[in-house]
Amino acid sequence: MTPTISNCFEVSGEDFSRAGEASGKIKTILKQLGYDKDAIRRVAIAMYEAEINMVIHAGGGKAMVDIHPDRVDIVMADQGPGIPDVEKAMEEGFTTAPDRIRDLGFGAGMGLPNIKKYADSLSIETQVNVGTTLYITVRATQQYI
Amino acid sequence: MSEFFHSVTLDAEKCRGCTNCLRRCPTQAIRVRDGKARILSEKCLDCGECIRVCPYHAKKAVFDSMDRMQEFDYTIALPAPTLYGQFNNLRNVDYVLTGLLQLGFDKVYEVSKSAEIISETTRRLMETGNLARPVISSACPAVVRLIRVRFPNLCHLVLPLVSPMHAAAKAAKVEAAAQTGLPLQRIGAFFITPCPAKVTDIRSPVGPDQSWVDGAFAISDIYPRLLEKMNRVEIPEPVADSGALGVSWASSGGESTALLREKYLAADGIENVIAVLENLDTEQVGELEFIELNACSGGCVGGVLTVANPFVAKARLHRLRNHLPPASIHPESNAASMRWENPLEYTRVMQLSDNLTEAMTMMQEIDRLCALLPGLDCGSCGAPTCRTHAEDIVKGNALLNDCLFILREQAEAAGINLSGLYHRTPEETEKPL
Ligand code: SF4
Ligand code: SF4
Repeated sequence: MTPTISNCFEVSGEDFSRAGEASGKIKTILKQLGYDKDAIRRVAIAMYEAEINMVIHAGGGKAMVDIHPDRVDIVMADQGPGIPDVEKAMEEGFTTAPDRIRDLGFGAGMGLPNIKKYADSLSIETQVNVGTTLYITVRATQQYI
Repeated sequence: MSEFFHSVTLDAEKCRGCTNCLRRCPTQAIRVRDGKARILSEKCLDCGECIRVCPYHAKKAVFDSMDRMQEFDYTIALPAPTLYGQFNNLRNVDYVLTGLLQLGFDKVYEVSKSAEIISETTRRLMETGNLARPVISSACPAVVRLIRVRFPNLCHLVLPLVSPMHAAAKAAKVEAAAQTGLPLQRIGAFFITPCPAKVTDIRSPVGPDQSWVDGAFAISDIYPRLLEKMNRVEIPEPVADSGALGVSWASSGGESTALLREKYLAADGIENVIAVLENLDTEQVGELEFIELNACSGGCVGGVLTVANPFVAKARLHRLRNHLPPASIHPESNAASMRWENPLEYTRVMQLSDNLTEAMTMMQEIDRLCALLPGLDCGSCGAPTCRTHAEDIVKGNALLNDCLFILREQAEAAGINLSGLYHRTPEETEKPL
């Protein structure tokens, strides 16, 4: 049986300086396992965008990552306000981030579209006032020397 | 095995195993085993951080003795621009260069001159050469090595040109051969270096097939002798041949300035460099054309083999630049001759195993061990963090009970009571027995 590596991280709310911690750790683990560099990059960017989203919109949440031999499954779950119109949120440039966040250079409305761009599959479960869960999968293989 | 030549080494006699270097090494390349620090060759960047922090001066840099000049019929000094910042009130570079000639070199060739040529070549390549953006400078060998072992997705961005040191050696030797009629092997070119990373880059270069430089003298080693000669120079020889743009490469931001472009970022200090590369790796830096990274804080003026305080040196260079022309005049450079022969390739020193199933099994075991370890990252086991200790165990290089906390638990489980040793109050301990 091929093993799966599971990791779970708390993503803290409102603290931009710590966003990226979870994706950074996963990046290191994937390098240690020897996954191909393109997959590592796509996992890192998709996760980072999701982390930032959680900080901006949801006051933090949880990142659960399962590393399989052929893919990386990422679940990003928060108990934030939810996304009222998922289709709109998927449009490039659409944002509900408040001005003070956009002044910091975040919340440009590229989060979800970017995740979709880098992931092999993305599905969103969301309910207003309950929270949002993203299921992200990135296909990956080990790159032999 | 030239790939693993290192200029940073350990004097085991002086080392007390204090773990200062262990915690500071940016690539976790140090372990303390049997009370002595050891450097894991494949991970070391020769950045010199460990030399900087060792309170017992047990970490040293290997560089050449000036006696090596005798191996050649004709010798050339290649002063790093950093050298000029070491002297107080220097208004004329010719004093330094004349001092070098009086130390016995037959010729001096300023590395700052080659820096200007490299800047110009880079400018042209960026306009016409289809370089992927942002271009990352390849001038600091410690940074190039860092990217090679940690940033697989950034390797292709590194500027594939030799650093000014290599370019200067080549130009100077070819020129000298033409002037003297001597074969190239009889001509020796010696870099006056601010750091061990450059020494390694001479002995085992990453991009070019081989270096034209024959050896390196440390700035700190040559300084007193040079100063003595300089003090006696009355009328310096007019040999200086570079301008403010080349000299500014010595401190952080200088290389970017010399490119005459606006969208650049310059970061210095190895931790800052890592942070920028991490950001770049996840595409968070916005639109940039050029990224200049120096492992030392302040740039090469902060190199461990310099003598002057880096901020003081930087201020001096700033003043000196007012007395220099903007740049040297040189014939059209030949970009092809400066190109790296070998593209930068990711080196998988972090990888646990070539076999994925095995790597995953090892990773699971590492996670299991991490849960057992206290998570204090105290370093007393000899590894920099609990996680690296777990990795070492899984790789068969350490034992779980190298951890003092685990050892204590095991001792207590075996009925050996250690509490008398560590629950004493300070007064009790100090009482004569
Ligand atoms: S030179 Fe730098 S990378 Fe090498 S062991 Fe010392 S601190 Fe670590
Ligand atoms: S910044 Fe300069 S002095 Fe420091 S390691 Fe890099 S090349 Fe050497």
